[in-house]
Parts: sequence; C-alpha cells; structure tokens
Amino acid sequence: MNSIMDISLLLLKGIKITLIVLAVSIVISTLIAFVAGLSRVSSNVLLNKFTGVYVEIFRGTSLIIQLFWFSYALPGLFNIHLGSDIWTAVIAISLNYGAYMSEIVRSSILSVSHGQTEASVALNLTKFQRMRHIIIPQAIRMMLPEYGNYLIQILKATSLVSLIGLTDLLYYGNIYRSTHLSEAPTVYMLILVFYFVLALPLIAFTRKMEVFSKKGVAQE
Amino acid sequence: MTWDWGVFFEVIPLIFKGLWITIGLTIACYLFAMIFGFFWVFVARIPSKTISWIFRWIAEFIRSTPPLVQLFFIFYAWPMVPVVGVTLNPFVAAILGLGLHFSTYLSEVYRSGIESVDKGQWEASTALNLSTKQKWLKIILPQAIPPTIPMLGNYLIIMFKEVPLASTIGVVAMLHMANDYGAQHWKYVEPLTVVALFFLLLSYPSALLISKLEKKYNRRFDKKTISTL
Repeated sequence: MNSIMDISLLLLKGIKITLIVLAVSIVISTLIAFVAGLSRVSSNVLLNKFTGVYVEIFRGTSLIIQLFWFSYALPGLFNIHLGSDIWTAVIAISLNYGAYMSEIVRSSILSVSHGQTEASVALNLTKFQRMRHIIIPQAIRMMLPEYGNYLIQILKATSLVSLIGLTDLLYYGNIYRSTHLSEAPTVYMLILVFYFVLALPLIAFTRKMEVFSKKGVAQE
Repeated sequence: MTWDWGVFFEVIPLIFKGLWITIGLTIACYLFAMIFGFFWVFVARIPSKTISWIFRWIAEFIRSTPPLVQLFFIFYAWPMVPVVGVTLNPFVAAILGLGLHFSTYLSEVYRSGIESVDKGQWEASTALNLSTKQKWLKIILPQAIPPTIPMLGNYLIIMFKEVPLASTIGVVAMLHMANDYGAQHWKYVEPLTVVALFFLLLSYPSALLISKLEKKYNRRFDKKTISTL
C-alpha cells in the first residue's frame, strides 16, 4: 500500500507536463484543423492542393516518426531552437492531429444539407455570411462527437513525449521502475489508471455530444 | 548539420530491410486484433448485465489509455506479475500489446456491422428453427462483416502507423534501424526521412484504395439490398 502512495506522488509530478502538452496541443490542433479544413473546401485551387499535400503527409506517416524527426531536424537542419522540448512535442502533435481533424471539418461542412446553401443564396446572403451563420454552426454540431474521440487520441499521444525527454507521467514511471524492477506491474498499472482518469471527462464529453450533435441540424 | 544526399541514398537499402519486418508485424498484430475483437463482441452479449458491464469498461479502459504504456506493461511488468507472469520476447509483446489495443476498436466495427443487419433476418432465423451456430455463421455474420471491410481496412492502415511504437521495447524494424544508424553516424534526419517516406509510400495508396472500396460497398450494401437479399 505504501509503495502505491509513493508512486502516485511521484507520478503527480509528471502530470503537469502531460496536461500542458495536452491543453496546448488541443488548442493549436483545433486551430489548424479549422484553417486546413476550410482551405480544403475553398475554391482556391492552389490553397486547396497545398493543404491537401500537408494533410496527406501528416496522416500518411506516424506521429512517433514525426516527433523524432522534428526533435532532430528543427535544431539540426533548420537551426530553429525553441528553448524547450515542450514546443517540439506540441508542434508535432498539433500538426499530426490538426491534419486528422481537418478531415472532420471538411466532411462536416460538405455534409450540411445542400438545401441550406440554396436557401442562403435565395436569401441573398454573402458567401461569408452563409459560412458564418448557416453552414458552420450546423457543421460544428456534427463534428463534435468525432472531435471528442480525437481529444482522447491526443491524450494517448501525449505519452510519446517522454521518448524525446520530456518529464511527463510516463517518464517518472520509467524512472521509478528502473530502480524498483519488481514493482513494475504496480507502476505501469498506476500510470494506466492515471491516463484513464484523465480520459474519463473526455469520454463523457464524447457521449454527450453524440446526443447533442443531432439537434439543430437540418435534415434532408 | 546539413542535409546529406549521400547518407539519404545509403540508408534506403538498409531501411528497406526493416520494411518487411514492419509489414510482417503489422499483419501479425492485425490478425490477433481481428480474432480478439470477436471476444469483446461475445462478452458484450452475455445475458448477465453485470458481467457485460464489467467487460465493457475493461474494453473502454484499454481503448482510452496509451498503447505505449500498454506495451511497457506487457514487456516490463508482465514478467514480474506473480504466478502467471512470463518473460516475452519483444515481438510477442508487441503483437499482444498492439493487438489487444486494436481489438477494442475492431469490436466496435463488428458491433456496428451486426447491428446493421435487418431485424427481419434475426426473426427469420428463429422462424426457420436454425441453431445459434447456424444463425450466426450462415445468416448474421455473412451479412454483417462484408459492409465493414472498408472500415477494417482503415484500421489496418492505422495499425501500420502504430507499429513503430514497438521499437521502444526493442523490436528492430524500420524506426529502430533508423535510430541505430543515427546513433552510429550522428545523422538522424536522413534515415528518419527515409522511414517517413516508406510509410507514406505504403499508406497513401492504401488509403486511396480503401476510399474506392468504400464507395463500391456503399452502393452494393445499401440497406435495401441487404433486407431483400
């Protein structure tokens, strides 16, 4: 029982980094998702194609490789020094999940009933007004359940940051295990429980949104 | 440090050897996940509410915690578990860990497929006095699984991209080879770029193929056609 307390206290030290990386990545990847998703439905061919290449590159390779690549290439190849590895982690995770989530933005916008577009044209709304007041409010509702799923994915992805040396939850767990080999089952089980507790609100959010998303959206 | 094309071309054949290990491991993990996915479907249908509730939360636990930690648990912690603990080699640990993680996703795919089978089909099987085994093998599953093939394909691609996690417990495939080369020559960016290119070359065409399949299946397995089959 004593060792469970000890390990939990140690893990709590790492939870700060996990939460920072999680929160900042969620904000930036959501911004990227909207910019990229809107570019993907824009009529500007150049913007559309350029974003398409970005999305396919980041969806086609895996996050762990992108994370390593950024942590070596940013300082080495481009001579960019971000000051801390947190930013490297946030950039890799945000670019990766921004690419994935831009696809939900795109598909939600495209799946808003065509009658809505026709009605806005009939009402003489400008293109911007149509997007801002008619299409996007309905599209956002449709995005929410899958968005919740991606938040859980981002939480799981934050465990990778220990591989580039950040002192997160898993990092402290690994440190403890390296000196107390026989307690490995307790350590990793506790880490899993910690992650699960962090995931519970996100799971609840996703389930709620599954009901919410069906309201206020025009049916065919 | 600058970009070195010499290194880039030098590592291509080296990493290519690792590609086969990555593909092999992907297939092994996926087969395990496919088989184990049925286990979750099965336990969810146990009439006892308490038991199916417990298993539902176990599946939720596995699904929403990081696969990396699960790999560490199986590789480092499992040998220390009293009585049942055994030391596993990295390959087996990776197959168990990633396979288990993805089985919880695949079970959802199976479930959606089974739920989409028309209610009349269940009633007809009962009316025709089919046994449980006949009902599942001859009526329900042949209709439930084919429409989910594109979704299953998507998960195969996702699995392919998660397999490099296994390098953290010592499976020597593409990513591990790249990191080894990097450590020896202090050149990381070129080998990692080659690994990324190999992933892109395989996963992008597969994703295109799957979206084609999806369109084809959507036409073929329209709700109406299934119920009138």
